Amino acid sequence: MKPTRQYCTFYLDRLMFGVEVQKVQEVIRYQEMTRVPLASRVVKGLINLRGQIVTAIDLRRRLEFADRPADQMPMNVVVRTDEGPTSLLVDDIGDVLEVDENSFEPPPETLRGVARDVIRGAYKLKDRLLLTLDSDRAANLPPAD
Amino acid sequence: MSDQDDIVREFLTESYDNLDQLDRDLVSLEKDTRNKDCLARIFRTIHTIKGTCGFFGFGKLEALTHVGENLLSKLRDGVLFLTPTLTTALLAMVDAVRQLLDDIEKTGQEGARDNTSLQAKLTDLLNPDGDDAPAAIVAEPEPIHEYRERKPIGETLIEAGAVKAEDVQAALSLQAAGDPRHVGEILVEQHALNPQDLVQSLKAQQDAPTSQLSESNIRVDVGLLDKLMNLVGELVLARNQILQYTATQKDTNFLSTSQRLNLITTELQEGVMKTRMQPIGNIWSRFPRVVRDLATMCGKQVRIEMEGKETELDKTIIEAIKDPLTHVVRNSVDHGIEGADLRVSRGKPAEGCLRLRAFHEGGQVNIEITDDGGGIDPARIKKKALERGLITRDQAERMSDRECVQLIFLPGFSTAEKISNISGRGVGMDVVKTNIEKIGGAIDVQSQYGKGTTLKIKIPLTLAIIPALIVTSGGDRYAIPQVNLLELVRLAGDQVKGAIERIHGAPVYRLRGRLLPLVYLNKALNVESCVKATEEGTINIVVLQADDRQFGLVVDGINDTEEIVVKPLGKQLKGIPLFAGATIMGDGKVALILDVMGVAQMGGIISEIRDRGLGDLASRSQEIRSDRQSLLIFGIGRSLRMAIPLSLVARLEELPATSIEMADQREVVQYRGQIMPLIRLGGVLGVGDDGTPKELLQVVVYSEGGRSVGLVVDRILDIVETPSEMQRQGGRNGILGSTVIQQRVTDLLDVPGIIRTQEPEFFGSKI
Repeated sequence: MKPTRQYCTFYLDRLMFGVEVQKVQEVIRYQEMTRVPLASRVVKGLINLRGQIVTAIDLRRRLEFADRPADQMPMNVVVRTDEGPTSLLVDDIGDVLEVDENSFEPPPETLRGVARDVIRGAYKLKDRLLLTLDSDRAANLPPAD
Repeated sequence: MSDQDDIVREFLTESYDNLDQLDRDLVSLEKDTRNKDCLARIFRTIHTIKGTCGFFGFGKLEALTHVGENLLSKLRDGVLFLTPTLTTALLAMVDAVRQLLDDIEKTGQEGARDNTSLQAKLTDLLNPDGDDAPAAIVAEPEPIHEYRERKPIGETLIEAGAVKAEDVQAALSLQAAGDPRHVGEILVEQHALNPQDLVQSLKAQQDAPTSQLSESNIRVDVGLLDKLMNLVGELVLARNQILQYTATQKDTNFLSTSQRLNLITTELQEGVMKTRMQPIGNIWSRFPRVVRDLATMCGKQVRIEMEGKETELDKTIIEAIKDPLTHVVRNSVDHGIEGADLRVSRGKPAEGCLRLRAFHEGGQVNIEITDDGGGIDPARIKKKALERGLITRDQAERMSDRECVQLIFLPGFSTAEKISNISGRGVGMDVVKTNIEKIGGAIDVQSQYGKGTTLKIKIPLTLAIIPALIVTSGGDRYAIPQVNLLELVRLAGDQVKGAIERIHGAPVYRLRGRLLPLVYLNKALNVESCVKATEEGTINIVVLQADDRQFGLVVDGINDTEEIVVKPLGKQLKGIPLFAGATIMGDGKVALILDVMGVAQMGGIISEIRDRGLGDLASRSQEIRSDRQSLLIFGIGRSLRMAIPLSLVARLEELPATSIEMADQREVVQYRGQIMPLIRLGGVLGVGDDGTPKELLQVVVYSEGGRSVGLVVDRILDIVETPSEMQRQGGRNGILGSTVIQQRVTDLLDVPGIIRTQEPEFFGSKI
């Protein structure tokens, strides 16, 4: 049997990303958020997740992508971290994919900046690349902050 | 092996409890050496530990407690008498036992600690001064047989059905044949007995007289209580949401059900809070020992007195104040109280006195630590502060003695002439102050040079669910903890113009003649205000207390007060000093809780730590000064002006006259889920009302012990700060006296006196 792993996939600016399924607590639709003045611009706000207060990190900003269009509502991928759940805001949700461990490659040397800190590598799928994220790092503020 | 682990854990918990009691008992035994109960208790504790650890194979612990037990049995039999040396040795033994237990807890093993020297010392003490004649006779006491008021363990075991009578017989005969082991031990090793049964029986053997007490108490895991607390927090939120929804509904069934839900939730919340409440005595109980050890080390004589041990506080707060309090107590003994010779030469009793006092007041807990020692020498403090560059010469000259004493709270301040083991390492009162403030408390010091020092600490009862004021700024809601709140000022219409003046750009507002620095919340948060600047409609100022400074926070709107559940912020937001946490509002949305200290710092009210210390001195708020007090001024009848101390006022309410109902021929209103009796002051004082019919009643709410009474007045006039001196003692009932406030004669109302005559049951059995 080939070694495989399951990834929860989602999209950011038409790129496909994935977080290990075990790390994902739940995926929920857009929630109203309370903004946090003075916080890092990566922090989009606070959401009420069944009585628990969860910080929402805008993954586009975290990865230094352009902001999503104002009319597009992000989805919440709630990941487990050592300090409780954190929500990662993404454009759209994909399927849970089972990928072959052998198709994995670490990021190329040319990948620089914040992305290198967060992107673990890529799985070479048939028609596209699945970029995998270190969810703990993604949930943290960028080092400069 | 988990069975065994459970037993060991139970043994550890039990032993820790017993050891704490032991510390106290030993110290009190030293004062009253003839207290047989005390001695018996000590003996029993050590004996239990010794007995139990034998089965677990904790040899060191057994050997140590065995020597201790021998020593104690001699004390009990009157062969030896308790001397300070003996007490010290016994306390050292208790410490060693505690260490061994610690090791066992951490590793499951006894560890490599060596106690042979202590054991030798204890053994030496068994034979005092070579006068060993009486000691020799009872050289090897076998206490388990001596202790006649107790049943032998074998008998207890048979009764409990844990072991067969024949097995016990066999074990006893083995013992008779010279086997040194205990009966229980033999039985366990021969597998005739389950160790758990034995531990239980041993306990039954010890606890027989106290078993009634233990039946009404059970041990509960703190984790479970925390979980319950969280769940109740959720319930409070859900309740708030339902109540908000209720407002839009007309269905009476639904309304009454949600009313019930509301009441039950409140009661449940109070109940669960109570489970987390612990008497402050739990941390005080270590102090007699701390004081004794310290006093012995410094060669001083110190007596400790405690009042209000039963005052309860939330567990988390108890834990948070444990270290600061210990530090203060150590300080008092080390620096405060003088040596016996010096005390006598100053005309004081040789024995110093350290007094701890705790009491509830206005939803907060006050703790006072008073010593009758040398007090703080302002001149010396000044000199030290100058040397360290904490103040300038100029500042020093202007400083009053009282202000001077406050310098001890500055970081890097320590006057200990020599660095001792105990204090004077530079981590001093500033750390105490910081820790107290971290939990929303305040600390103040008063000292009379040569007479003594008093430290006053004020702390909130609980941290988990707190009352807060909800304000809006930039379209978002923020919660401000009510402990920081002093008053609200709303300026509308004509008042707005010119109300806010500027001193070189810094906005200020004249609040009763004093300049109140202002901070705009939207500017501090860097958000756009939703109130248009051109509109100039109203200005809302929330007057807050940060440290000892007052400042006004200008917000867009003031909503209401609400009980909020404090939730921590994620690590991504920990670095923002303006927020203390977040909470979930009735509509399910999240609101941030403002950290008033952080806002004050951000707004430059208190800029830096050192600055802050000096700031205190420059503008010490007058509340904290005991010679001034805040008074609420109100009018009764046509012309009578009266005042009561603001500290007695729980709230000011405007109640519609239609809300008054009658109960037992008295006027009452429903107020916060209670029936609150009303007292019409005009009628009681015989001046009548001012003749105008009113739709709204002005009510001053006085609360005590969870009950409230409403004093109906005609006009609320003002709140003033004034020196608390009485011009004329009152003769009339209900009037304490008269004084001049704002150039007008004002009577001081005797609130408890009035309530006592009108509502005799209000104070319950306290009168």
